[in-house]
Amino acid sequence: MAEYPGELKYAESHEWARVEDDGTVTVGISDHAQDSLGDVVYVELPEIDADVSAKDEAGVVESVKAASDIYSPISGKIIAVNETLEDAPETVNDSPYDQGWFFRLQPTDLAELESMLDANAYQELCDSEEH
Amino acid sequence: MGLRTPIYELHLQAGAKMVDFGGWDMPIHYGSQIEEHHLVRNSVGVCDVSHMTVIDLAGADSKRYLRYLLANDVEKLQSAGKALYSAMLDDTGGVLDDLIVYLTQDGYRIVVNCATREKDLAWMNDKIQAFDCALTERPDLAILAIQGPESLQVLKEVLAKDANEGPSRVAYIDQLKPFVGGFCGDWFLARTGYTGEKGIEAIVPADDAKQLWRDLASAGVRAIGLGARDTLRLEAGMNLYGSDMDETVTPLESNMEITLSIDEQRDFIGRGKLVEQIQTGVSRQLVGLVLNQRGVLRAHYPVYANDECVGEITSGAFSPTLQHSIALARIKTGADDLQVEIRGKRLAVLKVSPPFARNGKKVFKLADA
Repeated sequence: MAEYPGELKYAESHEWARVEDDGTVTVGISDHAQDSLGDVVYVELPEIDADVSAKDEAGVVESVKAASDIYSPISGKIIAVNETLEDAPETVNDSPYDQGWFFRLQPTDLAELESMLDANAYQELCDSEEH
Repeated sequence: MGLRTPIYELHLQAGAKMVDFGGWDMPIHYGSQIEEHHLVRNSVGVCDVSHMTVIDLAGADSKRYLRYLLANDVEKLQSAGKALYSAMLDDTGGVLDDLIVYLTQDGYRIVVNCATREKDLAWMNDKIQAFDCALTERPDLAILAIQGPESLQVLKEVLAKDANEGPSRVAYIDQLKPFVGGFCGDWFLARTGYTGEKGIEAIVPADDAKQLWRDLASAGVRAIGLGARDTLRLEAGMNLYGSDMDETVTPLESNMEITLSIDEQRDFIGRGKLVEQIQTGVSRQLVGLVLNQRGVLRAHYPVYANDECVGEITSGAFSPTLQHSIALARIKTGADDLQVEIRGKRLAVLKVSPPFARNGKKVFKLADA
């Protein structure tokens, strides 16, 4: 069964967002998303210092099954990307919420997180997609 | 709910992710498609391919019928057990299906694809009217493909545990040469597969298939999903019916020249078109493509030469063995300096002659310009 950590916020497009202690926001894709995609073989990450708006494309994940765009769930400036994924894209499958994060951003307005789904609502969405 | 093979419940127990495959509920993978791919390349795995259609042919005219029906010539099968890969063509040379035919003591055994089952049977039954022979479909049988460099050894160890049937089955496998198969009691065992590796395909009664699956699992043989089967066959340069060829193309446009047997003596369905194409040449061909940078080639991506669109990818994947993407593409004959458009960007690709990988190593050759 896929995991849905309660402390995260989720996008309908299957990204998660976590507010760090310093106020920055880390983004990755959900356990449900990595499971649906199957083995990840390439990850294309955004440029550091790039400005992104909420729901902008901010990367691509290519799996054995399909290529999928990654959208930034909120607006901000990219301050870090997970370079581990360049050589070890399977980290996204192995550890979607921890080692397999995609990028970190300095948010423009943290209030944008409020329009995202909580774990329960997101799990309901995933369950409904499966049936 | 789709059709289910006898192994269905065992797939679920093994943690399979099931998908619809030509109307059948089949396992796409059991956790990691790439791991399963490596298992077959490096050791052994077992794949349920019972969705494929087994048809037996018997009767006085069996050989004459198949010599008319198929683009390859069953006359090449000189002793029981020999297997032949062939295309079955329509009147215009289009590929209705690709299949394997084995010569048996009683006639022939034919294995065709699952998605083409109804079409094939209708066609074959229509064409058989003028011949004294009959087709019998065998939905009572299941097919397990045990594949990988260790497959024969592991299978023999598993079979040897059965004191009654074991010794004869082990002895039977020991004398089988590649691309040969036949009956050992009511089991049909053949040194064939769709992976480019050493292996056995076992066509056996449903209950025996379940038992064999369990015995292999107990011996540590892991299940292989249809996802890995697809990347294994692509690395081995084998076409997939419905993706790389169908009724709209001929074998000459599908890199299947070597499976054709065209001589003066034999008339077969579709022959006229092939002879014409050999004389005039074909305007399109199926080639291999290799991407030497990040990205994944996928079916239907357009292929360009300079700024002209010259065709499209028919099958593409990330190759776990080579660690880069490979594809088959149908392009304008002779087109070179190719690029593939991936999500709006054009990336240079190499044109190569399949296969791409064998025995875990790169084997492709640059195609002639």
